[in-house]
Amino acid sequence: MPASRTSYAGREKMALISKGEFVADDWRRLADEEALPENGKIIISLERLDNALKARGANGDIGVIVDNTLEIDKLIPVLAKLGLIAIAFPSFADGRGFSLARLVRRAGYRGELRASGRLLADQYAHALGCGFDTVEIPDDLAQRQNETQWRSASKTHQRTYQRGYLSSGSILDARRKAMQ
Amino acid sequence: MSLNNTNTLSRINSPKTTYQYDEFDKDFIRERVAEFREQVRRRLEGSLTEEEFRPFRLMNGLYLQLHAYMLRVAIPYGTLTSQQMRRLAEIADRWDKGYGHFTTRQNLQYNWPRLIDTPDILEALAEVDMHAIQTSGNCIRNVTADHFAGVAADEIEDPRPTAEFLRQWSSAHPEFSFLPRKFKIAITGATHDRAATLAHDIGLRLVKNASGEIGYCVIIGGGLGRSPFIGKIIREFVPRSALLAYLEAIMRVYNRYGRRDNKYKARIKILVHEKGIETIRAAVEKEFAAMDHTAFQQDPQEFERVAASFTPPPYEILPSESSKLAKARVETPAFNDFVSVNVSEHKIAGYAIVTVSLKPINGIPGDATSHQMCVLADACDRFGFGELRVSHEQNIILPHVKKDDLFALWQTLDAADLATANAGLVSDIISCPGLDYCSLATARSIPIAQAISQRFSDMARQRRIGKLGIKISGCINACGHHHIGAIGVLGLEKKGQESYQITLGGDPGFSASIGEILGPGVSADQVPEVIEHLVDFYLAERHETEAFIDTWRRLGHARFKDVLRREGEDGADI
Amino acid sequence: MTQLKHPQILLASNLKDGEVVFLGHNGWERDFRQARIAKSQEEAQTLETIGKADFSANIIVDVYLTDVEITEDGAPRPLHYREKMRIKGPSVRLDLGKQARGAPDELE
Repeated sequence: MPASRTSYAGREKMALISKGEFVADDWRRLADEEALPENGKIIISLERLDNALKARGANGDIGVIVDNTLEIDKLIPVLAKLGLIAIAFPSFADGRGFSLARLVRRAGYRGELRASGRLLADQYAHALGCGFDTVEIPDDLAQRQNETQWRSASKTHQRTYQRGYLSSGSILDARRKAMQ
Repeated sequence: MSLNNTNTLSRINSPKTTYQYDEFDKDFIRERVAEFREQVRRRLEGSLTEEEFRPFRLMNGLYLQLHAYMLRVAIPYGTLTSQQMRRLAEIADRWDKGYGHFTTRQNLQYNWPRLIDTPDILEALAEVDMHAIQTSGNCIRNVTADHFAGVAADEIEDPRPTAEFLRQWSSAHPEFSFLPRKFKIAITGATHDRAATLAHDIGLRLVKNASGEIGYCVIIGGGLGRSPFIGKIIREFVPRSALLAYLEAIMRVYNRYGRRDNKYKARIKILVHEKGIETIRAAVEKEFAAMDHTAFQQDPQEFERVAASFTPPPYEILPSESSKLAKARVETPAFNDFVSVNVSEHKIAGYAIVTVSLKPINGIPGDATSHQMCVLADACDRFGFGELRVSHEQNIILPHVKKDDLFALWQTLDAADLATANAGLVSDIISCPGLDYCSLATARSIPIAQAISQRFSDMARQRRIGKLGIKISGCINACGHHHIGAIGVLGLEKKGQESYQITLGGDPGFSASIGEILGPGVSADQVPEVIEHLVDFYLAERHETEAFIDTWRRLGHARFKDVLRREGEDGADI
Repeated sequence: MTQLKHPQILLASNLKDGEVVFLGHNGWERDFRQARIAKSQEEAQTLETIGKADFSANIIVDVYLTDVEITEDGAPRPLHYREKMRIKGPSVRLDLGKQARGAPDELE
């Protein structure tokens, strides 16, 4: 079993970053062996998803954690039913999650997209650019990568050279605007 | 924090012939400097561990080497202004040890910067629109181009506007900054490939289709190093408007499927080799078809804006021949030699392309002192419209020199030990820094280059031998490009000693080939001897002016191996 | 006390300036002749422990032990040619690096 999923199943305390701040998590991570609660926002592993959706229905309270090697076809049928998708980052050097995030968004997913793993504040811009809303990191990392760093990271690189990555716009768009 | 700018202000006002940063470009690199300054601070205080800091240090071009840090400054598509060259000299004097090393990817390396000074160095670079962004790390590296871009007679289109486009597109890419491994792109716009496009992760060739439309032939999966591969064509023609989209599709496939389990199997060349070009092509085409091209389509106006900045300099209308040049050639034999070897045809009448060799006999290939950098800057202001190029052969090019001015230029260069008339000859050796500097190296390479250079120091003999590319790498990472040298030398370790493996038959151009091993490794002392025997054999066997590589192809590798075997049997020093 | 096959010294790179440094008796030294020499496994272990601590304390990076021989003058000379380079500097620029500052004797 990939280390990311093992640690995700409740064994590692995580800190959640949203809009450059540490925030409380509305979502609860459910270990594979834990029974499905009747209500409340839960994040479960992909294997349990079908059963969970059958048992709980699709009211936006079901979230899923996936490996960064996932083939998107597996998720497409259920995208509209998910309230959250978390993509595991086994290491900060492994950038596959950024491409997967792009594909998830391209497939039309509009819910919360969360990067989960040992990401650094210096990767916040990359995560946001690829369509992630939130980032969750292990507590020990959060001790060193404190909120100041995430907050300032959220303010740098307001524009990318690349089009289609940040809603705040690309340098090309800014150039066009400046020429008008 | 800025360096003294008076020299840059008082210089001759050169016309703008290359890309000019606008406010957005300037803001981008300044922001990057501020970010890195903060990263260094966090590293020193410990909130970033070395493991965490390392990818960001690398993405700003800073390596930890054998004796010190090393900073690799980007020289996008090998093009520099005189102002920028002067700044490089100033940085060498202020924060390094008065010299720099020009590399096989058209960049510049400083060998002795301190980590704590690097933010200031980057700031000094930013002042002249330069940076060290992504010259290392698992991201898209400096896009290299034909060093004769814009001036060669065999050019279809100047590749540099495209290269600048790609530079911007690849800078701080949110999706592609944590790739399985480094990613190198090269582009050529001519019928002769001077950019080694077949030896890159992506090689691009500007081509015209049947209707005369300009587009790109896209090649992927080339690369040297541990497992050298020649690139394969993935698509014969990609129209300009679709280039960025197509490249993004390739990058996405590579980012998702490139191996991450083994550092030595992580390049796209391995992915292509293991899955097959057909599978990769299918995956890329599928991704390309699924993309929303309008979202990030290359804006034709934007391309025009970039292309417009690469204006040709205000060439004078001149006769194609210069009597001044002819006279000087007769009067000064050393100058005549320089012209016949280091000067190439320009597409504009009355002008020439000058190669300034950074390979003086017995010198360190690619190194230039800060004084020499200033001489080059001044010379190109006087004689070359303020523009220089760095070739991946580690030489400097002055791409626009009036034939009338060649003699005066030569005198200036000669006074600064920059007039070695050996461009492309046997002593114009390409060599990585090797174990004298590099922590990855298994053997020294520079002393080998020096010894070979010394052995062939007779310039007349060099001219008789003709074009012969020797390339030396100090380890299997092949930064010296030894695989694509007509004669390649690879430095390894054997039983606790430096040992050198010689290969023959490499070729970097359109008919690319990887060199074949000659025999078991030899000691450092034996290398010049072996090469001399091979060259003598070539001279004896060649047909007329046949180049070494062609003689080798005609006679076959076995004949050359025999040369050494025979020498061995005769009890000679092999 | 387990004797080492070869005596060892601990080298690293100074974090701030990248220079090669050697663990001496009172912290890190820039001259290999001041390096603390380990002759036993236990001594080598001690050096490594200090090295790890100083790595975590953000003083040095890339720390490792290397085999040496002790010459007549009592100085440790690295056995491998790579480390021989590191105590001196580039062989092609004798005016640069440690060798330029009170150069040690030639090894070859």
